[in-house]
Amino acid sequence: MAADLEHFEYDVVIVGAGGAGLRAAIAAREAGLRTAIICKSLFGKAHTVMAEGGIAASMGNVNSNDSWQVHFRDTMRGGKFLNSWRMAELHAKEAPDRVWELETYGALFDRTPDGRISQRNFGGHEYPRLAHVGDRTGLELIRTLQQKIVSLQQDDERETGDPESRLKVFAEVTITDLLQDPSGAIAGAFGYWRESGRFVRFNAPAVVLATGGIGKSFKVTSNSWEYTGDGHALALRAGSTLVNMEFIQFHPTGMVWPPSVKGILVTESVRGDGGVLKNSEGKRFMFDYVPDVFRGQYAETEEEGDRWYTDPDTNKRPPELLPRDEVARAINSEVKAGRGSPHGGVFLDIASRRPPEEILKKLPSMHHQFKELADVDITKEAMEVGPTCHYVMGGVEVDPDTAAAAGVPGLFAAGEVSGGMHGSNRLGGNSLSDLLVFGARAGTGAAAYVLALGDRRPDVDQAVVDAAAAAALAPFEEEGGENPYTLHQEMQQTMNDLVGIIRTAAEIERALERLEDLKARAEHLTVEGHRQFNPGWHLALDLRNMLAVSECVARAALLRQESRGGHTRDDYPTMDPHWRGRNLICSADGDGIVVREQPMPSMRGDLLALFDTGELAKYLTPDELAAVPAPATPTDGSGS
Amino acid sequence: MSYDARFRVWRGDADGGELVDYTVEVNEGEVVLDIIHRLQATQSGDLAVRWNCKAGKCGSCSAEVNGMPRLLCMTRMSTFTETETVTVTPLRAFPVIRDLVTDVSFNYAKARQIPAFAPPDLAPGEYRMQQVDVERSQEFRKCIECFLCQDTCHVVRDHESNKEAFAGPRFLIRAAELDMHPLDAREDRADFARDEQGIGMCNITKCCTEVCPEHIKITDNAIIPMKERVVGRHYDPLVWLGTKIGLRKR
Repeated sequence: MAADLEHFEYDVVIVGAGGAGLRAAIAAREAGLRTAIICKSLFGKAHTVMAEGGIAASMGNVNSNDSWQVHFRDTMRGGKFLNSWRMAELHAKEAPDRVWELETYGALFDRTPDGRISQRNFGGHEYPRLAHVGDRTGLELIRTLQQKIVSLQQDDERETGDPESRLKVFAEVTITDLLQDPSGAIAGAFGYWRESGRFVRFNAPAVVLATGGIGKSFKVTSNSWEYTGDGHALALRAGSTLVNMEFIQFHPTGMVWPPSVKGILVTESVRGDGGVLKNSEGKRFMFDYVPDVFRGQYAETEEEGDRWYTDPDTNKRPPELLPRDEVARAINSEVKAGRGSPHGGVFLDIASRRPPEEILKKLPSMHHQFKELADVDITKEAMEVGPTCHYVMGGVEVDPDTAAAAGVPGLFAAGEVSGGMHGSNRLGGNSLSDLLVFGARAGTGAAAYVLALGDRRPDVDQAVVDAAAAAALAPFEEEGGENPYTLHQEMQQTMNDLVGIIRTAAEIERALERLEDLKARAEHLTVEGHRQFNPGWHLALDLRNMLAVSECVARAALLRQESRGGHTRDDYPTMDPHWRGRNLICSADGDGIVVREQPMPSMRGDLLALFDTGELAKYLTPDELAAVPAPATPTDGSGS
Repeated sequence: MSYDARFRVWRGDADGGELVDYTVEVNEGEVVLDIIHRLQATQSGDLAVRWNCKAGKCGSCSAEVNGMPRLLCMTRMSTFTETETVTVTPLRAFPVIRDLVTDVSFNYAKARQIPAFAPPDLAPGEYRMQQVDVERSQEFRKCIECFLCQDTCHVVRDHESNKEAFAGPRFLIRAAELDMHPLDAREDRADFARDEQGIGMCNITKCCTEVCPEHIKITDNAIIPMKERVVGRHYDPLVWLGTKIGLRKR
């Protein structure tokens, strides 16, 4: 085995090279620590590149009324008050500094007329708040951080003669297990090079998980193959806990046809610029789906809705612009009722509503996307769209200030793999800012932990390393087992059909039965070929993670008997203040997952005072409401 | 409307390999990457290919389709006839690792040689730039690093020995991007392009521009202006005089 195993010593190992991982690496390296960045793909290809809209930060460049308090309030509302309020507070306060810092790394954002960073409106944000670069903000973010990493390596080369002396990128390496000492403290990580299939072992007292989301557990997703819940599963297996796993954001408009692009996002701006949703009967069905809480805020006739685009002051906005979860549910209902489009979505029509030149001017990238990927000209034909699994609000339970994972000394998590920040539903634009704010905090937190350890570094037993190697090779040992691709497709179908956008106890229970069956079958997978760049083998290993994460989603979804944000129970269709005060915490128990309720800490008085009592009454129980201190000063009254 | 297509996919590794014939189902609306994935799932579980976003945004699935450098996710099957054999091979300019996966580390090495953005003496948040001024560099920052331009550039592709001296189109646009950045504090980007990146080896055949999936005008908007800057700075007697007598910053 020894010849087969490469061995590295680091202070901090960052698993994941998207926005959170790279920002964490910069922080750890700037704290003077030897840092390894593990990329599952090539450097610079992380899923962060897919983000379009922008980075939310209350810089106030376009509307100077914006402040961290307003951003905080919007974030809590978007998450339906289930957010970790401390994370939401840190996020709102620090996002502007994290964005400005990107300019010092070389980022080139779009500008305001006076030369500042431009900011755009987005759903749920009270003021124009999203720093952006056209509709490729994620690419700008990843490239900027990538180039900052390179610049730090150049500094190290000047100082030490070796660009990789303090900061090294391990491209196309997958971590399969965390290594711990007998007390459970992090001692390193174990994985393989995709290129050669050879094993690699990192000794390091701190590991930062920044592995992103879990979308590949679902059939229709906007996520790439990497999104297999690796960090979620690594944390579980190491003894840490996951929070809010029942909350999954389904974006209402993903492409459904052709199959090659199923799940790829169609930006919200199509509807903002006049596009409407129609069913197979040609009816604008969203008017039938305005929920009571929003009644009076949205147009009731097509005529009024249409007038809003040019005269938003005296007309109400069309119901196509309801929050993402509402629109996604409505599309789902239409398809279930048999009024869907030929390929199982509904029609998003802008062709009949706006002249071709206007569509080309306002939505160039959407025109390009449909033309290149689907051979559909959106100035002439309607698009077919349907909900697509987009983002998991849930993740590793962390300490808000240091990003330290619950229960495992030396383990940290940031970005989509962490939980709490977004509560039950994330606002657009709050993801990129989350990556930067908590990526930096995780890097700093990990560095502080390592420096405090001094020479007392945890050590791992050889038996633990051998076991990790054996587990990774298991799919090659079995003969006559199942094809991992087949098993993956069955799991995706199960999650899509039974733990998708609308859930019932009976369906979730069926999903759990199927997951048990799949787990048992996943013990006997067979992969062909050898270890060098073998996607079948990689999938076989990723499946274990996807199954664990899927079980977390299903078990938590079964327990939470209410509907809130990214969790809709047909059998419990309303929000319940009792559940607002409770997090569901998943942990590993042998081969299975157990879920327990955990009360949330009460929000600090000065933060509560940012909301008026009428709004708090929608979320808090009568007892909680009675305990709220009277506000010393009225809020600015813009609390709609 | 399904049909069975004939595919020839290069299978092998650094020690050699061959084109392998497959017959594989194709459905309406699919792209070449879908067909490669179907081969993986049904006929050849260990067929190696890189891919991530499947939407033309990450630049991972670069390969050659019927000899043309392409993103597999952006090559629609409808561009071929049903009887046509589709041949998929790895990028020719880089060493093969396995099947369609090549070793593109050359590009990361070149990236590390370019001096990083040099921030101006301004506090974070104090940067002011006009949209019209940032747009020139923004065009080059659309680059998704698919390296198709590097693969197709004959300076790189046909002459292995050039790789040492020539950075390739992707990194010439990086130099141009930094040169045109309104607040970059360095003045020697053109010198670097001449002395370290070998910009003189490019003879402007525009092959790179043709294959760029982001439609970046690599030659017209980056390489030619940089070549002109190189010439202007080094061969223009007025510039030389200006530099000598201190009218022009070096």
